[in-house]
Amino acid sequence: MVKKMKPDLSVRIGKLVFKNPVMVASGTFGYAEEFKDFIDLKKLGAIVTKTITLKPRPGNVPPRTCETPSGMLNSIGLENPGIDKFIKEKLLPLGKLHVPIIVSIAAEDSPQEFDILVTKLDKADAVYAIELNISCPNLLKDKLISQDAQDTFALVSRVRKLTQKCLITKLSPNVTSISDIALAAQNAGSDAVALINTLGGMCIDVNKRTPKLGPWAGGLSGPAIRPVAIKMVWETYRKIRIPIIGMGGIIDTESALEFFLAGSRLISVGTANFINPQASVEILAGLMQYMIDNKISSLSGITGRLKTCKD
Amino acid sequence: METTRLQARIISNKRLTGNYWNLEFSSSQIARYARPGQFVNIRVNQGTDPLLRRPISIHAVKGSKIKLIYEVVGKGTLALSERKPQETLDLIGPLGKGFNYQLPVKPQPGQNIFIAGGMGVAPLVYLAEKLNKPLVLIGARTKKQILCADEFRSLGCTLQLATDDGSLGFTGKVTDLLENILTSTIDYRLSTIYACGPHPMLRAVSLIALKHNINAQVSLEGHMACGTGACLGCVVETISGYKRVCKDGPVFSSRELIW
Ligand SMILES: Cc1cc2nc3c(=O)[nH]c(=O)nc-3n(C[C@H](O)[C@H](O)[C@H](O)COP(=O)(O)OP(=O)(O)OC[C@H]3O[C@@H](n4cnc5c(N)ncnc54)[C@H](O)[C@@H]3O)c2cc1C
Ligand SMILES: Cc1cc2nc3c(=O)[nH]c(=O)nc-3n(C[C@H](O)[C@H](O)[C@H](O)COP(=O)(O)O)c2cc1C
Ligand code: FES
Repeated sequence: MVKKMKPDLSVRIGKLVFKNPVMVASGTFGYAEEFKDFIDLKKLGAIVTKTITLKPRPGNVPPRTCETPSGMLNSIGLENPGIDKFIKEKLLPLGKLHVPIIVSIAAEDSPQEFDILVTKLDKADAVYAIELNISCPNLLKDKLISQDAQDTFALVSRVRKLTQKCLITKLSPNVTSISDIALAAQNAGSDAVALINTLGGMCIDVNKRTPKLGPWAGGLSGPAIRPVAIKMVWETYRKIRIPIIGMGGIIDTESALEFFLAGSRLISVGTANFINPQASVEILAGLMQYMIDNKISSLSGITGRLKTCKD
Repeated sequence: METTRLQARIISNKRLTGNYWNLEFSSSQIARYARPGQFVNIRVNQGTDPLLRRPISIHAVKGSKIKLIYEVVGKGTLALSERKPQETLDLIGPLGKGFNYQLPVKPQPGQNIFIAGGMGVAPLVYLAEKLNKPLVLIGARTKKQILCADEFRSLGCTLQLATDDGSLGFTGKVTDLLENILTSTIDYRLSTIYACGPHPMLRAVSLIALKHNINAQVSLEGHMACGTGACLGCVVETISGYKRVCKDGPVFSSRELIW
């Protein structure tokens, strides 16, 4: 009789081990409490929080979302309670979930805010890893840090000196070459890169002749951006050594597998959480089944294992 | 668990009149926990376009049967109108905070005032069952768009209607009707106004309520992505900052909102 195989879904980033590679993306999972009625949170590989800034932010003027073909635009504008209130009120309940908590952070005015944020989070035991969101399109800035390899290198190397905790750098797709930016993050000591953040986008109400979002433009997410994200992961995978956390339009097991084959070591479920709050755990179960069906014993058997058309 | 995602069986899905439809599904779970003013978030089909769920108010609960009424206004509601009996409907609910109708003393008939514009009647029929024969004001552009009048009547409610074109009832806005009533002889100080309808109507209701110093509860519509409070997409400005229509509402006290 054939012994029933149980694939090993664990994966490492730097010194950290994640029990499985399925995470939920920043800004699409609230502070997790909104999902406790729908899934067993303990099953997740990790939870990434909404991006936190130094000071509280009220967020952008509504309307903040608008549906697009197979996607959506958002311009939430990083509404969050600020780092101190976050640590005091949100981190404790998150810590009790027994899931690795990755705290996403961003600077509003000056990149130096990252230093203060990282220093504060470095002291918090409940923080498993820190994600540097240098790619949010909704701060209404002309240029993002992740749109420049030197700026990315400078920022990551500075905060690298401030913490031993695992650092993930989240990248914007609105660049000429995302792999160059990923390389800069790796050279500066980032433990992993997360890609992609939303693509800049805009919709117009032709009857009112107004933009459909309050702040005019926003970020596009959902299945519509998936092919763009896949190609960016694939390009980046060939250039860097550190793990890639792939995301952009993952809604089911098949779309998650595309990301693994393109070179993601972990994946993150975003917009799909809104449509199916159980998507993340369904994908996890589907991934396990795929590995069993194809006799793949560990994730290294699928990460980047793309064949050429001739193979 | 009060709020769940479930696959409910469609009992019927029929056109009422014009673009208005009536859908019934069965769910003992939602029937048990639903309260007037709450909504369900429906995945209208399995594809990715439309991608997001569509929020629809709970219109009535009879045993384990839930009734919705909706207007076909775009591709989501069009796809919903194409769903057939016996199919399953992927929905999340009940969602949101409903109306506050737990009053210290049982209201007198006609004491509370309901005001609905167009589709805004949907959650108010369910509420009327709980609030001893309120006075119901319904407004619409034209006679054909006045919905649910018979349902309110069968609950013993007094009705006053308004149409923009004068094809039924008062000619003009339903909020003018409200203003006339409040300035007339009857003392409405102990009343609460419950309102649902388009945003400009709710704004007018709030201003009138404020002027007459009456409490008003208004049910808002917001552009929703998640419906469960996770995305911060559906916010409305209140005196204590932005609040989520889907989780902190959709019903708000009019005094709380910044219009
Ligand atoms: C809490 C809540 C309860 C609701 N209850 C009901 C109900 O009982 N019956 C009913 O018919 N409708 C109800 N609605 C409105 C309903 O959700 C929208 O009409 C529907 O989502 C439109 O989807 P669509 O794809 O058909 O139209 P779309 O193609 O998405 O849009 C068509 C037009 O409607 C506008 N629109 C879309 N969604 C909204 C919205 N949420 N608020 C305001 N304008 C919008 C668009 O801007 C566009 O002009 C409710 C909305 C909310 C938030
Ligand atoms: C409503 C919404 C809010 C988001 N907020 C954040 C955020 O605060 N920080 C961040 O790094 N990314 C944010 N994102 C981007 C997602 O984390 C993710 O990178 C992107 O949506 C692509 O994945 P998806 O297509 O699976 O959603 C947000 C996305 C959406 C849809
Ligand atoms: S729709 Fe996402 S918070 Fe309300």
